[in-house]
Amino acid sequence: MYRPCGVFDQKYCETMAIIRTNAHWSLTALGLVLLLAMPLYLSGRILHFVNLLCISIIAAQGLNLLTGFAGQISLGQSAFMAVGAYSSALLTVHLGFPLWLALPCATLITGIVGVIFGAPSLRIKGFYLAMATLAAQVIIPWLITNVRTDLTGGSSSMLVPAPKLAGLTFNSQQSIFYIIVPITCVCLFFVRNLVRGKIGRAFLAVRDNDLAAEMMGINLLKYKLLAFFISACYAGVAGSLWAHWMRAISPDQFNLLESIWFLGMIIVGGMGSVVGVTFAVIFIKFFDIIITVFSPSLTSFMSPQLAQDTAAGLSPFVFGLIILTFLIVEPRGLGHRWEIVKSYFRLWPFKY
Amino acid sequence: MMLFFQFLANGILIGGLYALLAMGLVLIYKATRVFNFALGEMLALGAFLLYMFMSLVGLPFWLALPCTVCASMLTGLLVERLALRPLIGQPILAAIMATLALSLMIKGIVLFIWGSSTVSFPQKVMPSKSLVIGEVFLSNELTWTFLVSIAIFLAMLLFFRFTKTGLFMRATAEGHAVAQAAGINVETIFAVTWAIAALVATAGGIMLGNRFGVGITTLPVMAGKAFPAVLFGGLESIPGALLGGIMIGIVESLAAGYIDPQLSEIMPYIVLLVVLLIRPEGLFGLRRIERI
Repeated sequence: MYRPCGVFDQKYCETMAIIRTNAHWSLTALGLVLLLAMPLYLSGRILHFVNLLCISIIAAQGLNLLTGFAGQISLGQSAFMAVGAYSSALLTVHLGFPLWLALPCATLITGIVGVIFGAPSLRIKGFYLAMATLAAQVIIPWLITNVRTDLTGGSSSMLVPAPKLAGLTFNSQQSIFYIIVPITCVCLFFVRNLVRGKIGRAFLAVRDNDLAAEMMGINLLKYKLLAFFISACYAGVAGSLWAHWMRAISPDQFNLLESIWFLGMIIVGGMGSVVGVTFAVIFIKFFDIIITVFSPSLTSFMSPQLAQDTAAGLSPFVFGLIILTFLIVEPRGLGHRWEIVKSYFRLWPFKY
Repeated sequence: MMLFFQFLANGILIGGLYALLAMGLVLIYKATRVFNFALGEMLALGAFLLYMFMSLVGLPFWLALPCTVCASMLTGLLVERLALRPLIGQPILAAIMATLALSLMIKGIVLFIWGSSTVSFPQKVMPSKSLVIGEVFLSNELTWTFLVSIAIFLAMLLFFRFTKTGLFMRATAEGHAVAQAAGINVETIFAVTWAIAALVATAGGIMLGNRFGVGITTLPVMAGKAFPAVLFGGLESIPGALLGGIMIGIVESLAAGYIDPQLSEIMPYIVLLVVLLIRPEGLFGLRRIERI
């Protein structure tokens, strides 16, 4: 890895630092200020997309930890999000929990469900594990739809009241922005920090070859289940935020297609690149948003039925095309491209 | 007791269809080590192609069928050439994601062309006479489906046993490098495999479409039940696919009949989880030995 010109590490803590130069510090501060001031200069419609993006980033980073770093393929991330959303909603609606209590509880519950469905990973891997998590993706929404429909509302949507904290009601995009975005920042920092420490190294070893990792003294049971736990916790946070942000949840918001979207974001971002996956979420959601925003205007030059079908078909087609293109052309993803761009400018204009 | 036999018969008959779909999956997995998650969408595409030839072009069934077969084999070849050949030798996640991406793309294309509504074939594809044995009623569509599945299964066995291409495909399944060293053109074999698999998927799609209607939302759900069947029988075994398909059909039918009709949606996946926990390689699959 290239360092900026003239920066020399003299202590271990300097080598380990995420933010290392003054320029870096000031850019981070500026970025944070611009981010947190977004509700002042953006309309509610755009903030809606920003909130959606942040929730997707949390869920995708969870999957990145599991699939990108620990190498366990999961097709069930959106089912885990459903667990988070519904447990948070049930705690809020039926037990009257406030958000600050419902969110951690839902996170924990989702983490435990994740460990249960991750348990087969000790015995099976690769494709077989993908099938086991696919089973989770089929079974969990079914349970929500068919078991205790008096509590969950079955296949129709369940309403969640707007969260209240310290006398404030977070019922607009502007206000809930200040719940979602700080949590996203904390989640991103946590995953970035986790993967450069002992646990992250262990995950990488398990990904590259789990037998070899076990022989080098890595406790496979512990680390595989830990990966599933943290990943599901991220899904739980995302789902819980989703429930309090959408305020109407139904099982078909968390279908297999969503899980495939998350896996696709990992592919586009590059396996095990925190920055890359964040970019990929923005990149893919951007296309999706463009399609949703502009598809109503298709009716102006085709029949309404045809326009509706075209709009419905465009989103999966474009998304599939993006994944295939990245798989074939740039398997290392946007994260790798980002590194190339960065190192180019670090050495510019003297490339030696 | 009669009810039990009725459920059993229904299960076996619908299981025959799952077996057919499972065979399509096993075929691809054996030769190319790719699990085809796009099966459901390929089914729908095949059924829609037949629908197009019959209702929009207006061909009679006996003429529309060969056209559909040619068109679907062509799509199989295209899929292999454009999406999967560049990914030979990539890690397993790449192969999984490639077929998932394909499924999305085919879904998009079907939605573009035929829309999201469920249609039915303009004329019945299969003769409509029901079979009654004792007091057990066998639905004619399911019986015909079962018979066609068995016929395709036998044809496949004979193909692998007696033709040169079949032999090459078995050799390719043993090991790509070894087969190549023995003078087999592995890329051609891959293309042939995908063409045959597309053909099998189309046959399944037509029969499913005849019974449940042709739609992009309904058919892939049915295909999802072939995944547990494949794992139950073993990923590399064609007789295993037959047995797995029928077992899944029976379990699903009995669970729906005796416990809860809603349960038929997830019962195959519960079986799948049990199989994965007890015997991950399935009944006739190969146990993999790992080396570092």
